[in-house]
Amino acid sequence: MTASMFGIWAIKAAILIVILLTGFAYATYYERKAIARIQVRIGPNRAGPKGLLQPVADGVKLIFKEEFIPARADKVLFTLAPILTVIPAFLLGAVVPWGGEVPFFGGTARLYLADINVATLYVMAVGSLAVYGIVLAGWSSNNKYSLLGGLRSAAQMISYELAMGLALVGPILIAGSMSLVKIVEAQKSVWFIVYQPLAFIVFLMAAFAEVNRPPFDLPEAEQELTGGYHTEYSGMRFALFFMAEYIKVVVMSAIIAALFLGGYYGPGVETYPWLGPVYMFLKILVMVFFAIWTRATLPRFRYDRLMAFGWKVLFPLALLNVFLTAIGIVLLGG
Amino acid sequence: MLEPIEVSAEELQHLVSDRALKGETVLLNMGPQHPSTHGVLRLLVELDGEIVVNVVPDIGFLHTGVEKNMEAKRYWQAEVMTDRLDYLNPVGNNLAYCLAVEALTGLEVPPRAQAIRVILAELQRISSHLVWLGTHLLDLGASSLFLYTFREREYILDIFEMVSGARMMTTYIRPGGLWRDVPEGFTEAVLNFVRMFPRRLKQYEALVTKNPIYKDRTRQIGVLSKEDAMRWGVTGPMLRASGVAYDTRKARPYCGYDRYDFDIPVEETGDVYARYLVRVEEMRQSLRIIAQAVDNLPSGPVRSDDRRYMPPAREEIGRNMEALIRHFKFWTEGFAPPKGSAYAAVESPRGTLAAFIESDGTPRPYRVHMRTPSFANLQALPVMAKGALIADLVAIVGSVDIVLGDVDR
Repeated sequence: MTASMFGIWAIKAAILIVILLTGFAYATYYERKAIARIQVRIGPNRAGPKGLLQPVADGVKLIFKEEFIPARADKVLFTLAPILTVIPAFLLGAVVPWGGEVPFFGGTARLYLADINVATLYVMAVGSLAVYGIVLAGWSSNNKYSLLGGLRSAAQMISYELAMGLALVGPILIAGSMSLVKIVEAQKSVWFIVYQPLAFIVFLMAAFAEVNRPPFDLPEAEQELTGGYHTEYSGMRFALFFMAEYIKVVVMSAIIAALFLGGYYGPGVETYPWLGPVYMFLKILVMVFFAIWTRATLPRFRYDRLMAFGWKVLFPLALLNVFLTAIGIVLLGG
Repeated sequence: MLEPIEVSAEELQHLVSDRALKGETVLLNMGPQHPSTHGVLRLLVELDGEIVVNVVPDIGFLHTGVEKNMEAKRYWQAEVMTDRLDYLNPVGNNLAYCLAVEALTGLEVPPRAQAIRVILAELQRISSHLVWLGTHLLDLGASSLFLYTFREREYILDIFEMVSGARMMTTYIRPGGLWRDVPEGFTEAVLNFVRMFPRRLKQYEALVTKNPIYKDRTRQIGVLSKEDAMRWGVTGPMLRASGVAYDTRKARPYCGYDRYDFDIPVEETGDVYARYLVRVEEMRQSLRIIAQAVDNLPSGPVRSDDRRYMPPAREEIGRNMEALIRHFKFWTEGFAPPKGSAYAAVESPRGTLAAFIESDGTPRPYRVHMRTPSFANLQALPVMAKGALIADLVAIVGSVDIVLGDVDR
């Protein structure tokens, strides 16, 4: 490993973090605008033209807010929990192929930070780490609502993780690799959503549960638990939870796009490689919109029903999908 | 000066089970500041995990002393207090009070005023059910419907503003009739609403009625049996959802409700879903009543001309000295109904709302009691919520459709 390679990595990582942070800020703007449209409202329109500076205003506000710690909270864990939640969200972004090889100042550049040969495993492993943050936040707040939220989060995780992992197996079997880059490259001609509609649906629902989006936002459940695990959080600590949720929405949309929607492929990418990230961006927009739309439409699941749904519906479906995919590959010879 | 009452822990032990005293269950205070308690209701919830072992509603945070206050006011002043009871049903509250005063004094209400009262009361029922539908779905985590129902409610509030100048605290219905006749354009506005609303209602139902998550969250949740419903004095849509076809509009018709053709929706299951179905159907039936009332709106005066209890007409005051004196004396002294008591009940969106007035022959009521439906309906909450989950508790509280102003008075 040479110093220059390290330097390139560092630069890429810095760019990725900036993109994700902007993506987070404007995902909130996008959500507020889209939901406002669905709910016959206008949405933010005061800060800047068409409210475009609203995320900045929100950020500034949150930075200047008092960071309150409840009297008998566990101060160390209370501070650690939001950090534990937000870091995995960033880490997830590392393996997502945002684009292919593109010409860059005479040389070529790869538009992804890392091409790990077990990227899908990495997604599962890092993605589930965030649950610790939420459980610890619930525990350390010394608030019964928060505790219930944290417990719900743990129960939720064990009910969707298995189905999520199994849904990944389909694309892996077809692509013959666990690397996200290889999986995307295998979709050059046909998107995996065509071969794997079932896996797509299962993964989509599990991903909603993973990022705590409605209708699976049980750990938060404002109307029941008054905010759940982040009831006692304020200021930047709260913003970190918020950041984690939205970055995960963006990254999970990117991962779904990479697994099932052909990643950065689209018409004309071979000739103009810079179109890749544009296609990726559009696909992410569509997936994020789907998440917003669901939030505006559906009531929340009940906590025990989500567990039943995960184990009795999603898990058998995912298993069936693995079975069918394997048979198909054997019969058609891969 | 009132001394604070000392309450020891032993005196409160009966509110919780033995398991709570041993620390096996958790006591959770839901409210008075909580997003889903619809105001300032406090629920002392005993939890085993997420399972509700017991609920004790603690009310009184919105107590405004309305009934006591009314004793210090003249009859026409006291009516203004009733607007503030159930702030989603001010027209109905006015109506109950006015009917009681009319029963006390024997005032006759002209047919045009009767019909307009019916139109407004039914519009109020729709607007109240709209607020209920929106907030109920909001409790379950579906936020959009809330804004849609408030869009339609706005239309009804505009009609109220049109007739009375106020959007909520209208005091438009007065003893002996109405404040004054409806302005031009009233029937058109109401008919517009009648034409527009069924389509919107269909849209809501498309979002909710067959939604599997909604069904999952509400079916077999918060079941209240027929017997329990009657035992706890539950009225209104909750009672009808439990299979009892009791509606004050049919059982003790007032304002000529017996002349209108409408059905009482009844469901048998007594769960949250049944209450939803009953309320949605009630909105349809209210529309039917409104359409009939507007079509057959009689012309004529909107106030009784009984000089003992009514102020003289505006145009008379300029021409007639006696009328001017009478006007002055009426608004300064008020009117004194004969000694006795009167009771009048109406069907509010939440159930049987009744006013009881005891008169001692002076211009101020000796005692006014409002029988408010939310208070009785809320009593049944522990019966419905035992054994449910926290998420269900929120759905059940929402399905009771309490208005804390109505509970605490």
